[in-house]
Amino acid sequence: MAKKSFRQAVNEALAQEMRRDPTVVVMGEDNAGGMGAPGEDDAWGGVLGVTKGLMPEFGRDRVLDTPISESAFIGAAAGAAATGLRPVAELMFVDFMGVCFDQIFNQAGKFRYMFGGKAVTPMVVRTMFGAGFRAASQHSQCLYPIFTHTPGLKVVIPSSPYEAKGLMIQSIRDDDPVIFFEHKVMYDDEEEVPDEPYTIPFGEANVTREGDDVTVVAIGRMVGFANQVADKLEGEGIGCTVIDPRTTSPLDEDSILESVEETGRLVVVDESNPRCNLATDIAALAAENVFDALKAPIRKVTPPHTPVPFAPELEDLYIPSPEKIEAAVRDVAGHRA
Amino acid sequence: MSGDIQAITMPKWGLAMEEGMVVAWHVEPGSEVGAGDDLLDIETTKITNVFEAPVGGLLRRQIVAAGETVPVGALLGVVADPAVEEGEIDAFVTRFNESFEVEAKEAAAAAPETQVVEVAGLPLAYLRMGEAEGTPILLIHGFGGDLNNWLFNLPSLAESHGVYALDLPGHGKSGKAVAKVGLEALAETLAGFMAALGIEDAHLVGHSMGGAIALQLALARPARVASLTLISPAGFGPDINADYIEGFIAAERRKEMKRLLQMLFADPELVSRDMVNDLLKYKRLDGVTAALRAIADAVFPDGRQAGVLSPRLADLAVPLQVVWGAEDRIIPASHAADLPDKVRVHLLDEVGHMPQMEAAGEVNRLIAEIAG
Amino acid sequence: MLQLSRDDLVHAYTQMCTIREFEERVHTEFAGGGIPGFVHLYAGEEASGVGVCMHLADKDCIGSTHRGHGHCIAKGCDPIAMMKEIYGRRDGLCGGKGGSMHIADLSKGMMGANGIVGGGPPLICGAALTAKTLKTGGVAVCFVGDGGSNQGTTLESYNLAKVWNLPAVFVVEDNGYAESTAAVWSVGGSQVKRAEAFGMPGVQVDGHDFFAVYEAAGEAISRARDGGGPSLIHVKLNRYYGHFEGDAQTYRGEGEVEELRDSVDCLTAFRQRVTETSLLEPARLDEIEAEAKALIDKAVAESVAAPAPTEADLLTDVYVKY
Repeated sequence: MAKKSFRQAVNEALAQEMRRDPTVVVMGEDNAGGMGAPGEDDAWGGVLGVTKGLMPEFGRDRVLDTPISESAFIGAAAGAAATGLRPVAELMFVDFMGVCFDQIFNQAGKFRYMFGGKAVTPMVVRTMFGAGFRAASQHSQCLYPIFTHTPGLKVVIPSSPYEAKGLMIQSIRDDDPVIFFEHKVMYDDEEEVPDEPYTIPFGEANVTREGDDVTVVAIGRMVGFANQVADKLEGEGIGCTVIDPRTTSPLDEDSILESVEETGRLVVVDESNPRCNLATDIAALAAENVFDALKAPIRKVTPPHTPVPFAPELEDLYIPSPEKIEAAVRDVAGHRA
Repeated sequence: MSGDIQAITMPKWGLAMEEGMVVAWHVEPGSEVGAGDDLLDIETTKITNVFEAPVGGLLRRQIVAAGETVPVGALLGVVADPAVEEGEIDAFVTRFNESFEVEAKEAAAAAPETQVVEVAGLPLAYLRMGEAEGTPILLIHGFGGDLNNWLFNLPSLAESHGVYALDLPGHGKSGKAVAKVGLEALAETLAGFMAALGIEDAHLVGHSMGGAIALQLALARPARVASLTLISPAGFGPDINADYIEGFIAAERRKEMKRLLQMLFADPELVSRDMVNDLLKYKRLDGVTAALRAIADAVFPDGRQAGVLSPRLADLAVPLQVVWGAEDRIIPASHAADLPDKVRVHLLDEVGHMPQMEAAGEVNRLIAEIAG
Repeated sequence: MLQLSRDDLVHAYTQMCTIREFEERVHTEFAGGGIPGFVHLYAGEEASGVGVCMHLADKDCIGSTHRGHGHCIAKGCDPIAMMKEIYGRRDGLCGGKGGSMHIADLSKGMMGANGIVGGGPPLICGAALTAKTLKTGGVAVCFVGDGGSNQGTTLESYNLAKVWNLPAVFVVEDNGYAESTAAVWSVGGSQVKRAEAFGMPGVQVDGHDFFAVYEAAGEAISRARDGGGPSLIHVKLNRYYGHFEGDAQTYRGEGEVEELRDSVDCLTAFRQRVTETSLLEPARLDEIEAEAKALIDKAVAESVAAPAPTEADLLTDVYVKY
């Protein structure tokens, strides 16, 4: 078992599934790159190189470059999935959902229900998200709450390379439409990732730290931040249980609620904008179900209700930081009911 | 006089262990401790266990207090003759800590890594430790286990013997595309493994299903087996906890896996988050469920053990001992009753199905004894 | 007359009569309050759906519009199960969860009527990609209205089908109105020239003439099946009812619909053509009409009597597994 980057983990998952199942195809803008151009073939392998090397192995028939035409090719992925392929379509930045959302939430996400349970739509939409890349307002959002809101879609947000590979393989093998979020700042994160294919089930949260005092639910890149805080505060006698839901739809409500029942304190860390995000959702879940166990107000750590700013000084202020998470944990830990 | 000063250091339990936390000392400074006595409890991310004193003598210092976490190899305490001056001990501690960082790096570089050998087309992962010549010890884990089940035994046994621990077919880092899965086939695979590594004979130590495999090999090829230590072994009766076997094959979720693993130990608190996660990571690999299913169908069909080998013990000339936890909830210790007199049976109180972990010191001593 | 056999002609007339009867009855029953929600009727446009789908087998897929009943019947969906669906019944074609605007039967290659104008063209690009990738020999056809022809999804799909060289056919059913807005105002340029601009063949046909539609569709579908890429057919036709049932159609000219029914009814034209050429006898045609009426009578009677979905049905069929 070798250390692999997040990028390599996703690439390996795609390659292994394409080898295993001839109905798996990938498509997206520049997924190989260089189509029709006089220079190099497989020139890009995706804008940040995640799909590099797939086209030379599997050919242009299974690694499809597309025009910049998200409605058409995301919709084509939905139609292909409903008729026998397992497409993995790349919506380069999730911010671009604005030009193709109908095909995701009105078409793919509703086929099964509208068609009385007779449709199977095994498509995956891979999409980059998150701030920290100095990419400003139209290339940095999270937006997973919008997809999580939509019945019929599954929403996957891996927090590390190991998680990314297992969750991607599960996404491809899953028979429902899956939106798979890749945090662009995490592509070079490394950890041990098995060479063999493996799957991580949806709706099963990962508990990355265990402690008695505060439950910290964190999503995506925020999981690493929460772990840092938990490690630091453990030395001071504040024990944190850190829960990574892995999938926001389905959401492992039981793991969150059981932990809050034990600790009595909840901090939710969510990189998406604060109105109607996962933090509000999870906070409501706890307030509704384990109110009597709470020893402190629930705290949410989120960006402000603003677009993602460009200037590095502003963007750094925007992103929930380990310092802000630490402050929230200290605050709730201070309440002794 | 520094020859009379002995360092007690943080042990390395398993390949992944980098540091450990001292939970509690069982021996006060200024008290005598015997080699093998419970000295302190150490918690790793995988497991919490008792650390037995590697040497006997007067405990002069506790360097690391309860609650502190230190790297593997760090100085935990000092045992020294009463005649040694306090100043000499201070100097010893200073020297140790100065050289520790360098040594830690060297040790990390020299840490054993699993290797792979192909047997009948299937890659088998194994670990080799210990420099000693002579007949080596070969450790064989049970159903659903892997070579890390021996984390408390490998370092200790490697001090006196060459030690091999392998991952059985379908397990750990070995190949998952298993073809032959009955006890006889697995014993032949084991023979093939020994042949591939040039091991003429070995002291076999088998746990649970690995015990039945070791016994099967001894019955089929006694010349390859110098002695047998069978720990909570299969093969001694029809009973097997089918809830555990079937549950383990089916388990996908953290909670379910934790519930199952807790059946293995007399003290369920021993099951840590990392232990659960490691097994889930293994279970998620493609091919694992099918391999476990095939093995279970062959070895434990219909919730019973297919092969009861103990009636054939009378014909066996190989020295044999059996170690069983009195609180074993997977294979009942009652299977050890009524064995021929020549079989030495060690029944351990307050121990479950994992004596090699729950009573590592005792098990290590018994293995070292039979292996000579 | 082309390569159509007697059986083909019987089939075509049966389909067209079934659609007409279906839509006339939905009109009546909706007005009587028996059918919930919105319905958009295909009466008057039958020759288009049937003329195209006569060339298609179950492995071929179609995408449709909110005006989809005719496409469904033409593609082989069961009219009784369709009617139950429109009534919102538990044993409707989609379990009562889709309704008029979402009738689908993937086993027949019918990928759904579509409540989103312009929703279908990307989907059939996907079905065409499946056919191409898995080498099934299938083609995918999208019906889209003159309103949908202005959606970006439709134009993007023309382009994607062209650059991926998909076995796809776009059938623009231009009934002259997008809701209440006239196509002569809302469509810039020409549908055929739009096709040409994307590098694919485009033709305009008279949608009241089954035989013209049949011939044009045959050519486009054969080209797609043979690897020749996508085509467009601009079908000029008329609808006999409003955008939806309940539409007072005050935007239409006085007497416009009555005149259309008298002058360019595709059923009348078909009947005239096959009797003049002695391909089918008037008695046989009468028989087909009677059979269609009997089928739809049965569909309505069964639908009225069929049980509604239960509370348990609310939560099922969202996911394959959740």
